[in-house]
Amino acid sequence: MKAEAVHKPAAARLRLTKKKAKSSNRNNLAGYIFISPWLLGFLLLTVWPIIQSFYLSFTEYSLLEAPTWTGTQNYANIFKNDTDFTTSLKVTFIFVLFSVPLKLFFSLMVAMMLNKNLKGMNLYRTAIYFPSLIGGSIAVAALWRNMFNLNGYFNHVLSWFGIQGVGWITNPHTSLATLILLNTWQFGSTMVIFLAGLKQIPNELYESASVDGASKVRKFFHITLPMLSPVMFFNLVLGIIGSFQTFTAAFIVTQGGPINSTYMYALFLYDKAFKHYQMGYASALAWILLVIVALMTAINFLVSRYWVFYETDGGKQK
Amino acid sequence: MIKTLKNNKVSNHLMLIVFSLLMLYPVIWWVGASLKTTAEMSSPSIWPSTPIWENYTKGWQFSPEFTFGRFFGNTLLMELWNVVGGVLTSAIVAYGFARINFKFRGALFSILLLTMMLPGQVTIVPQYILYNKLQLMDSYIPLILPHFFGGGAFFIFLLVQFIRGIPRELDEAAKIDGSSVYGIFYRIVLPLIKPALVTVAIFTFIWSWDDFFAQMLYLNSVGKFTVGLALRMYVDQFEIQWGRLLAMSLLSVVPSVVLFFFAQKQFVEGIATTGLKG
Repeated sequence: MKAEAVHKPAAARLRLTKKKAKSSNRNNLAGYIFISPWLLGFLLLTVWPIIQSFYLSFTEYSLLEAPTWTGTQNYANIFKNDTDFTTSLKVTFIFVLFSVPLKLFFSLMVAMMLNKNLKGMNLYRTAIYFPSLIGGSIAVAALWRNMFNLNGYFNHVLSWFGIQGVGWITNPHTSLATLILLNTWQFGSTMVIFLAGLKQIPNELYESASVDGASKVRKFFHITLPMLSPVMFFNLVLGIIGSFQTFTAAFIVTQGGPINSTYMYALFLYDKAFKHYQMGYASALAWILLVIVALMTAINFLVSRYWVFYETDGGKQK
Repeated sequence: MIKTLKNNKVSNHLMLIVFSLLMLYPVIWWVGASLKTTAEMSSPSIWPSTPIWENYTKGWQFSPEFTFGRFFGNTLLMELWNVVGGVLTSAIVAYGFARINFKFRGALFSILLLTMMLPGQVTIVPQYILYNKLQLMDSYIPLILPHFFGGGAFFIFLLVQFIRGIPRELDEAAKIDGSSVYGIFYRIVLPLIKPALVTVAIFTFIWSWDDFFAQMLYLNSVGKFTVGLALRMYVDQFEIQWGRLLAMSLLSVVPSVVLFFFAQKQFVEGIATTGLKG
């Protein structure tokens, strides 16, 4: 085809490029028609709100009157005078710090357990996925609240071992830990992604390692972990972003209490926006969250160079 | 050799059974507790001494005016729109990204992926203001509409990966037979991505069933409440009637569980196959 085109007279070649241009125009049109639902939604429900939110963060706005420009007043107030801000930020960081690694570890272990060819695997999968299925619903929050009461079932189980439990949710020292546990219990989607990743590791790698006499532990550290590192990275990034936005658990189970011990950032933001109708202030809080999340993600990407292994690099560990 | 293999299998099964029970234990307790009186809630036995079926019958009658039948109906109707919108538009958008070479495709796809990382808090306030101005408060439109805009970046990404796995020769063959891109989408690609679309449908259903935050923001009148919102009214009562609350909570998770059970295979494998290979 190519060789032919070279030998054709200029006029014919011109016709050919014209035809190509026409077809690429047609492609452009078709492409944009196909993606138009997303593009429209993106402009209307993402781009415009982002611009709006940035503007609002420099205003005072209660929905009733038009926003009034206050410059950087909101930000100054947040950083200087708002103790709820520092509290909620601290609570959220602790939550992220514990719940993300715990969930990653736990879901990887479970995924490895489920990555076997056994009869009845479907049944096990459903059973183990069940807690995640009912996810962040009110139903689970209600269940959780009851089980971790002072007189709840959890303390009853502890009493078998002679341990005197506390009111896990009403005690400010343990309430956050209870939410972390709840978050870990719902590891399903993280686990499914790990499971998909495990299934893609070629069996030959394990087989040849076995021939070389590698132990199970060695195989895990030298085959499974490196091969799984892109998936691990994906789960880590999304896990951190998601944990920073945790809302329902704190809202229903603890309502941020006791003594603000579970006052998550998203809950604080919700209170400002939809309880006190301080839309400008809440927008400023949202932008601070955005910056924090963006920074965390950027750090993640930078650090990933040292531990994430991509097969397409020609097998070089980067 | 064979014996150790068998032993290995047995121990694997044992481990899985124990672990499954551990995970399901709170749920088993839940079933029992939904039939208990509040006083019995903290008792050691899992099963109540006398099951209080009233928890279900009285709990179902939410208020003199409304039963949970109404809330389930509301939620299912909303879900129907969400699933239809999500499945239809995510397939269309994904096909565009996966198969058509248009200008700025790469950049737009990167932006699409970036939106997955955007905290919802940034957009929620202006969105709320927008719907407020459009007088769409206390309606299902703010809950349904986003699903008609491609169903969410995650689903589009999932389907793009899936479509990329379909051999292009099929497209070429159809093109030679005179099919346009629209024809190829409708006749070739759409039938082939059905398994992935099932995954999208299930995820959409379960996630919007649980998406209590948006429902709470946009629905005010009790007659329009979803199941989740009605449950929250139970939680917020001064003296919580635990038996009724747990009974209705348990009922509220039944649709998701039934759906998951029947589509379990596609659910896990739908994700697995969207990777490099099946």
